[in-house]
Amino acid sequence: MRPYGERSPFEKTLRGARESTKSIGVGSSRTPLQDLYGTITPSSLHFERHHAGVPVIDPSQHRLVIHGLVEQPLSFSMEDLKRFPSVTRPHFVECAGNGGGELAGNAGADASRSHGLLSNSEWTGVKLSTVLAAAKVQSSAKWVIAEGADACRMARSIPMAKALEDSLLVYAQNGEALRPEQGYPLRLLLPGWEGNACIKWLHRLHVASEPAMSNQETAHYTDLHPDGKATMFSFEMEASSVITHPSGGHKLAGAGFHEISGLAWSGRGKVNRVEVSTDGGATWQAATLEEPVLSKAVVRFKVPWQWDGKPVEISSRCVDETGYVQPARDEILASRGPNSTYHYNGVKRWSVKADGSVTSV
Amino acid sequence: MLMVALFAQSGKPVSPEELKKLDITVFPDGRGLPAGKGTATAGMAIYKEKCAECHNEKGEGRDQQYPRLVGGAGTIATAKPVKTVGSYWPHATTVWDTIFRAMPYETPRTMKPDEVYAVTALLLHWNGIITESFELNEKTLPQVKMPNRDGFIPDARPYQKLKK
Repeated sequence: MRPYGERSPFEKTLRGARESTKSIGVGSSRTPLQDLYGTITPSSLHFERHHAGVPVIDPSQHRLVIHGLVEQPLSFSMEDLKRFPSVTRPHFVECAGNGGGELAGNAGADASRSHGLLSNSEWTGVKLSTVLAAAKVQSSAKWVIAEGADACRMARSIPMAKALEDSLLVYAQNGEALRPEQGYPLRLLLPGWEGNACIKWLHRLHVASEPAMSNQETAHYTDLHPDGKATMFSFEMEASSVITHPSGGHKLAGAGFHEISGLAWSGRGKVNRVEVSTDGGATWQAATLEEPVLSKAVVRFKVPWQWDGKPVEISSRCVDETGYVQPARDEILASRGPNSTYHYNGVKRWSVKADGSVTSV
Repeated sequence: MLMVALFAQSGKPVSPEELKKLDITVFPDGRGLPAGKGTATAGMAIYKEKCAECHNEKGEGRDQQYPRLVGGAGTIATAKPVKTVGSYWPHATTVWDTIFRAMPYETPRTMKPDEVYAVTALLLHWNGIITESFELNEKTLPQVKMPNRDGFIPDARPYQKLKK
């Protein structure tokens, strides 16, 4: 018996981790999408992106302070927050930089390297709108500046409309308390919006009439176009998809039946359909979407496939409920150029060789 | 009624003293900046002691790991943009806020306001935005116009046409 479970010693899949600098605690790790099943990312394999390490926070000492354009500044303990009506919802979190290598022309060799800054969890917490109502927000309030208790006091300005629409203050992930790397004990969760704005270790909400123009929302996480103008507050993660089986690094055992399977998601709502091509993009067929198909959450798609053993290129594209069609890389380059860095969602192509090995195109 | 009762018992008032310690937000119009002053001249010694180890002797960055802070003027609309404090950042207040909030990496929020004004002045001077003797303070800092102040546009996505 184990008081806290572990996986089988035969299971070896791991996050791919990378330290960005020699400063301890700056870097990222990627979810090994090519090894996983279903839609929920095991908490131990949720991607990470930290700008100043992972703080150790005693939840009994943690407070969320709400101030600014409210009736009076208020401090909430974790116990206070857990007394509010709770909600549980599956949502993806995706780093705005996911796929940045694909845009730059350094295609990821496997699904972890190409799309692994994406994870999907069942989150539990309280609606931000409920807590803001308790704090009695003034009518002149237009933004909520969220700040984390990490060493760099990561801060992002969130439009009030999003705060009231569907944003959550989450304290649990996949049925247990948040992992420290995901913001324990409290994280802002903005369904469908870039992960950087989903402030971890949340300890302060500054209600204001204008954004703070913080470092992260000006110097970073702005999308530079070829004409020198950069898009600011581009929060939504647009519709995307990736075939995870077969995908880079896999080797098919031989010709015959294989199930093509992958993940699709949209920050604007539900995935409407996913189309798969097994002939290099010449023709596309509709994939089956595995229920339930939920808004701003990952859905798994599947297509039965008879492989004739010849070299072939496979790819997927997602269409969401707004009618938005996941673009090809060339379309993204045409619309915002090669230096936009963030919010890449181009169609991912995998090449299946005659020997069954799969590589990135 | 149940919800109203629940709200009423949630949260404790925060005193102005407590809030003052916690609230470090600085807005582009200067609200939130503490009183203080500094010049690029005064910033040099502070930069050498607290910043140069990572950002290099004159803000040129190091080892392709620690961000370059100086230069890049005129590159933003080219094929190889160099994004720095001087070439890209739209607001001078963000420079002050970033240094105070997050730097030095190992000991953030330990620099005194005058030190932060001085290092901010040094970075703005190295980028050719203010003179070496220009005094930055809580009044003059928000008035500094950054070269790329007008370089940002609202999100206009989706760029592709929708198919219904």
